[in-house]
Amino acid sequence: FHNLQELRLNASLVTKVFVQRDYSEGTVCRFQTKFPSELDNRIERTLLEETVKTLNSYYVEAEKIGGQSYLEGCLACATAYIIFLCMETRYEKVLKKISCYIQEQNEKIYAPRGLLLTDPIERGMRVVSFAHLLLFSIK
Amino acid sequence: MITRKVRKWEKLPGKNTFCCDGRVMMARQKGVFYLTLFLIIGTCSLFFAFECPYLAVHLSPAIPVFAALLFLFVMAMLLRTSFSDPGVLPRALPEEATFIEMEIEAANGNVPAGQRPPPRIRNVQINNQIVKLKYCYTCKIFRPPRASHCSICDNCVDRFDHHCPWVGNCVGKRNYRYFYLFTMSLSLLTIYIFTFDIVHVVMLVGLTGFHTYLISLNQTTNEDIKGSWSGKNRVQNPYSHKNIFKNCCEVLCGPTYPSVLDRRGLMQEDSSVSATSAAPSSSSSSSSNPVPQTMHAVLCLQKTTAPLIPNEHTPDDAKPSIATSAEKSPSPRDEHPPAQKVPPLASPETDAEASLAKDKTH
Repeated sequence: FHNLQELRLNASLVTKVFVQRDYSEGTVCRFQTKFPSELDNRIERTLLEETVKTLNSYYVEAEKIGGQSYLEGCLACATAYIIFLCMETRYEKVLKKISCYIQEQNEKIYAPRGLLLTDPIERGMRVVSFAHLLLFSIK
Repeated sequence: MITRKVRKWEKLPGKNTFCCDGRVMMARQKGVFYLTLFLIIGTCSLFFAFECPYLAVHLSPAIPVFAALLFLFVMAMLLRTSFSDPGVLPRALPEEATFIEMEIEAANGNVPAGQRPPPRIRNVQINNQIVKLKYCYTCKIFRPPRASHCSICDNCVDRFDHHCPWVGNCVGKRNYRYFYLFTMSLSLLTIYIFTFDIVHVVMLVGLTGFHTYLISLNQTTNEDIKGSWSGKNRVQNPYSHKNIFKNCCEVLCGPTYPSVLDRRGLMQEDSSVSATSAAPSSSSSSSSNPVPQTMHAVLCLQKTTAPLIPNEHTPDDAKPSIATSAEKSPSPRDEHPPAQKVPPLASPETDAEASLAKDKTH
């Protein structure tokens, strides 16, 4: 864990690879599962695709419009949204789950391969960025 | 050296202003927002101060309570719209920007020198439709679909609706529902207040109409209530000119009657008052303390002369001298008044101010 913190602090010094958003299904939050060529030698395709797919499923759960989201919305409106001072929204709960998942993935899979996965929320939900921990120029 | 903790909002690019240590986020120009606040709070204060006591007593206390709840909801929605992040997309960090530029160059190929590079557009297929994503030069990102760059706030905003000066913020993905609820609840509140205002306006118009009717007939409210001039066996209104126009003229354009109270006159007590008070003035209607000294003397003089118009109360011995007194009365006001029994006067000189005017002519 201590190692991971160090890695995060030093991540700005290394080259990064970005996995962009996938808008083929509209504006819902989804990342491309296309494997970036720069990571060819670093990690197995399936592992990365698995990570991105799991992240996508978490976002689908967070943004799902259904019974629970209606209830939450109506209750919040009825209380003039004051209830959000006490209660955590569904999206916030899922974001917590995502950050735990990412940390776990980093510890198990990515750090041993010299990579660091950053949470998309830190990049405005635009990209999933992978940092090479060693200086490595891309082309 | 203790370094102060710097929060991220202090370093955010763009033209937003932040309050409460980053909890509140607004546009730079807030003047119109303050106007909105003033209008809403001002109108509702007037309503609560002036209309609600009447409504609570005469109709129902639930009316002001509901208005208060609605007002609080409107304010909550307004503040939530104005103070929240509309969905600003953070600008690309340097590495990300470089990565994207490299992707663009790779996509465009080699551009011959001197030629303008093609516009930076990325095509995306959404639900079997091609949507073009534009590149934002300020934020150095390809804007997601439905995002737009707000030039006032200098930010790219997701699902950008518009920049609203009335709420002092952009309206975007995160605060659009609060903006909508604000406009809807404010409409309800306005309609609610206007309904009760209209009730008052109708009452006022009714009252005005009623008094117009009274004026046209030259009647007073009191007479109307008592039915003094209506009904078969009652006398017709003797004060009416029998002509609507004339009646209106009399009430609205008639003479401006002066006040006979002399409210601002000075109270005085001196010898002339006590001398004149020796003259019997018990039956006089007008001599009393508020009358000025000269006035008092004039009135007493009047009392001792015989009335110009003989009436049933005039003593017989005064009657023959009426002719002579009619000549005398305009002239010497400085004659010492002899003590005599004073008949009640039917003379127009009892009008104190008319006498005063006459007095001044001497």
